[in-house]
Amino acid sequence: MARFVIRRLLQSAVVLLGVTLVVFLLLQLVPGDPVRVALGTRFDPQTYEALRARAGLDQPLVVQYFDYLRRALTGDLGVSFRSGRPVTAIVLERLPATLSLAVTAVVFAMAVAFPLGIVSAIRSGSLVDHAARVFSQFGVSVPDFWMGIMGILLFSGVLGWLPPSGYVALTEDPGRWASHVALPAATVGLVTASILTRFIRSSMLEVLSEDYVRTAEAKGLRTRVVVLRHVLRNALIPVVTVVAVQLASLLGGVIVIEVLFAWPGIGRLTYDAVAARDYPVLQGAVLLVAALFLLVNLLVDILYARLDPRITVK
Amino acid sequence: MKPVLAVEDLTVTIGTRRGPAHAVAGVDWAVRPGETLALVGESGSGKSMSVLAATGLAPRTARVTGRVHLLGMELTGVTEERRRRLRGRHIGFVFQDPMTSLNPVLTVGRQVTEAAEEHLGLTRRAARSRAVELLDMVGIPSAGQRVDAYPHQFSGGMRQRVVIAMALACEPDLLIADEPTTALDVTTQAQIVELVGDLQRRLGTAVVWITHDLGVVAGIADTVAVMYGGRILEQGPVDAVFGTPSHPYTKALLAARPDPAAGSAELVTIAGAPPSPLDLPAGCAFWPRCPVRGDARCEHELPPLVPVSAGHQVRTFYPQPSDGERR
Repeated sequence: MARFVIRRLLQSAVVLLGVTLVVFLLLQLVPGDPVRVALGTRFDPQTYEALRARAGLDQPLVVQYFDYLRRALTGDLGVSFRSGRPVTAIVLERLPATLSLAVTAVVFAMAVAFPLGIVSAIRSGSLVDHAARVFSQFGVSVPDFWMGIMGILLFSGVLGWLPPSGYVALTEDPGRWASHVALPAATVGLVTASILTRFIRSSMLEVLSEDYVRTAEAKGLRTRVVVLRHVLRNALIPVVTVVAVQLASLLGGVIVIEVLFAWPGIGRLTYDAVAARDYPVLQGAVLLVAALFLLVNLLVDILYARLDPRITVK
Repeated sequence: MKPVLAVEDLTVTIGTRRGPAHAVAGVDWAVRPGETLALVGESGSGKSMSVLAATGLAPRTARVTGRVHLLGMELTGVTEERRRRLRGRHIGFVFQDPMTSLNPVLTVGRQVTEAAEEHLGLTRRAARSRAVELLDMVGIPSAGQRVDAYPHQFSGGMRQRVVIAMALACEPDLLIADEPTTALDVTTQAQIVELVGDLQRRLGTAVVWITHDLGVVAGIADTVAVMYGGRILEQGPVDAVFGTPSHPYTKALLAARPDPAAGSAELVTIAGAPPSPLDLPAGCAFWPRCPVRGDARCEHELPPLVPVSAGHQVRTFYPQPSDGERR
């Protein structure tokens, strides 16, 4: 297992290296001159050249890239064009907001989707099943920003139960963090829950028709044991992938939702960095998201091997 | 002796999009302690379905009528919960394909004794040593280590041994073997047949063996019921049925057995196809394919099951005179 993890970490490092290259080159293709933007109305040729030289932008691309890479390895992702603060710090301070939103949303989604998907599969064709299918159809069809706005109108406008927007760190005040995270997490989580419900339902249905489920029933096991031990364990294997993909994409930041709820996460940061052509920050954000993605994938592979003994971890 | 499992006038009707399918259209059979009953027939003749329905394992869309007795208990109309408590405890099942009938994510040890944990209240530790004992009994080498292996680490024949161990975990009164050798290669088939026979003698278990392999039937069964179109066409002691087959269908089935000694290159077949359970004929189900082809009565009237000798019954208006030799 340890060897597997080490090998996967090394593989991840290679992928990450590729990501740095792609991000670096892509940003060269984006029109607009960051130094000009940074100077704005204070533009004059001398300052312009000086700033370009300071950022290393007058060097050849290859030199710029290796320079970037060398510093990145030591944790230095450059400084923001806009604020002049180190990118590493900027990106990392946004991480808790995104992490707490993504994890809460996925936990919420699983809490909704698992019971709904399971019941809907074992009572296939029942009222619950139909309700679940309408719910998931609704969840995937309705845009999340609209759902967010409706949520704000209802829960903070009409009912006044929850704050309409803003962020309080979990470490600062868990109660207030919870009240602030509830609406955005539920909004994002609802979409995830809809997708998950469908997957769990169809995966369960597939396993329910397996011969070994009949074997389990032939042993006279209780329905609960048959469903949880025999069906769910097997149905979970494909579902894990979906949960992971959802989690990973939420970790990348849900731009619209973060902007809507004034949530200072990675998505919001990326959005602002693009608008301001703040390349170092954008690079840092993308790099962090890619790293998180790889980490989630690694965890999924480990989880896979635990769930399915047919997968050998070598 | 009281039968272990007996069904009377059992019918199974499955609702489909194209209307009700009469999978089993009125069947009576019984299996006594220590005895082997073979249910023989083509695919779709209702042999498996009659057993699944009797034990509460029919698909949810199936409607089951008739009477079922297990160990003298009337099972008609009892709750599913009650049936569940009897399955695994008093009836063990071995299904056709050992590649799919074991759960891939649980160790074989766990699966073998699950029923004993449920019905006999074995603790996990006791269950483990019981699992080793059972795996050893069905001839799995170094059972003590193999108990923690997963199904994919076993060959087909070994998996079927695991399934048999699983079925016998609670020392049931009845073992139902639903084509347990069909998915195995020929040499393994013989081993499995032998193993079941051996265990049956040691444990005194009654066996219902569902098969279309007449060779197996001749070797292991005490009584045989030949099914066709959801009904029994002929039943009785295996020697009587095979020795003096009286139904044209039984005769045709026996004639269709490949006989290497005869050396004929061509295989004998029965022309035509079995009736659709969606549209069973009013009369004899075999009539359209019957080589005897009696008269309009066969087509429109269901022949009753009539005795031809002690315990030997046949459902035809035209019992075939014995030609004195087994073909």
